Amino acid sequence: MNKLTKICAASALVFASSQTLAADVTISIQNLTQGLYFTPIAAVAHTPDASLFEVGEEASPEIQEMAEGGSLAGLTTIATSISADVLAEPTAGPLGPTESVSGSFMTADGNTVLSVVAMILPSNDGFIGLDNWSIPTEAGTYTVYLNAYDAGTEANDELVGGGAPGTPGMPAPPFLTLGTGGSGVTADSTNTNIHIHPGNIGDDDLAGGTSDVTNSIHRWLNPVAKVTVTVN
Amino acid sequence: MISRLKFNKQRIAFLVGLPVLLSACSDDEVEVIKEVEVIVEVPAPDPVPVDVSYEVTVTNLTNSQPLSPAAIVLHADGHLFSVGEVPSVALEQMAEGGMNGGLLALGMASASGAGAIGPGGSETISVTIQDVTDAKLSVTTMLVNTNDAFSGLDALDLSTFAVGDSWTTTAGVYDAGTEVNSEAAGTMPGPADGGEGFNATRTDTGYVAMHPGVVTGDDGLSSSVLTVQHKFDNPAVRIMVTRIE
Repeated sequence: MNKLTKICAASALVFASSQTLAADVTISIQNLTQGLYFTPIAAVAHTPDASLFEVGEEASPEIQEMAEGGSLAGLTTIATSISADVLAEPTAGPLGPTESVSGSFMTADGNTVLSVVAMILPSNDGFIGLDNWSIPTEAGTYTVYLNAYDAGTEANDELVGGGAPGTPGMPAPPFLTLGTGGSGVTADSTNTNIHIHPGNIGDDDLAGGTSDVTNSIHRWLNPVAKVTVTVN
Repeated sequence: MISRLKFNKQRIAFLVGLPVLLSACSDDEVEVIKEVEVIVEVPAPDPVPVDVSYEVTVTNLTNSQPLSPAAIVLHADGHLFSVGEVPSVALEQMAEGGMNGGLLALGMASASGAGAIGPGGSETISVTIQDVTDAKLSVTTMLVNTNDAFSGLDALDLSTFAVGDSWTTTAGVYDAGTEVNSEAAGTMPGPADGGEGFNATRTDTGYVAMHPGVVTGDDGLSSSVLTVQHKFDNPAVRIMVTRIE
């Protein structure tokens, strides 16, 4: 399953230990890249048998709308329905290069794992992802580095387009400097499951070429984000 | 920090038994031992400095990016570089030109590699500081076939390192943010170009970030004199730290 699902009673018993205690957690997320932006970030503490996404499996519609357009509406609805603790949109705007955002929550009993997602701009369906990371029970500060994933739901044509699910192309918010007139890097989405993003190709022609992203600015190497978790 | 042995002047009390002859009219002589406390001042011994030494091995994991002489810096606090922060001029000099002198000067103790470390090569560099066991260790080196890419380690806490302890990490590549990544002829000091190193004029974002990688002429950056050979990925460097005394 690729969506957050309700925990079943039987498996809840397995975790009925000190692991299920509520925790006072502060989360800080930093964009490590030089030229990329992240859409508002969802940080979700939930039960271990739920999952926002799984590498190698098909993206849920809620992950798709996050990865293609930055919307957290579907993910937030699911998170609420399973009593997850949500730090959704802890930033009002996009998270620019090297910027950080942070927030705190008191996780409910049983919500012992942390997942983090946000769309990468510019990209067709790229997102930063942390999948079911076990929140330590020991007080301290922990650091996790995140890779860029490809939702596998849209061909990486790297052309200015739309952010709605199923609409080709990339959303083009005004804070991004993108080219126009590209012919399209590819029309194929070879791996339709979630996978490590192959990266932007880009070109050096703002008025043509194959891509509307700039190759010397909008590429990246992993990791792309740093998550610092402080358990108080 | 090892607290210095504080041997200030020590008052040492000597108990000295002094025989006292008590003469009497009688033939009997009675010897009485009387204890007298004599205070003498003993000069303080000079504290003996304790060498604390580390070996840092830097290994170049790239295909064709020589590394500039590594800077090994032991400092008390702070950072040599940090993602999102404005780089110092010393960092810029290292990242654009491979000149590590400015960074070395920031340390309580520091050491430079003997020379460039070629792809696949490694160098072990020793650094010694006296009496300090809780320094921060930073390591930096430039990927010389780039505009301002560098790799390294920032402010590793050494306070838990005991003699014999060893720790290994791999490091990614950072962009100093001080020179735009044109990869153009005349802008990179490494052998792929032989161009300019440090230039005080800043022409890029102005903050340190993770490096997006070189594009190269082979991959669509028409201004680039780099080839596919010069591409790199994370990690680019392996760093092993061992406390040897």
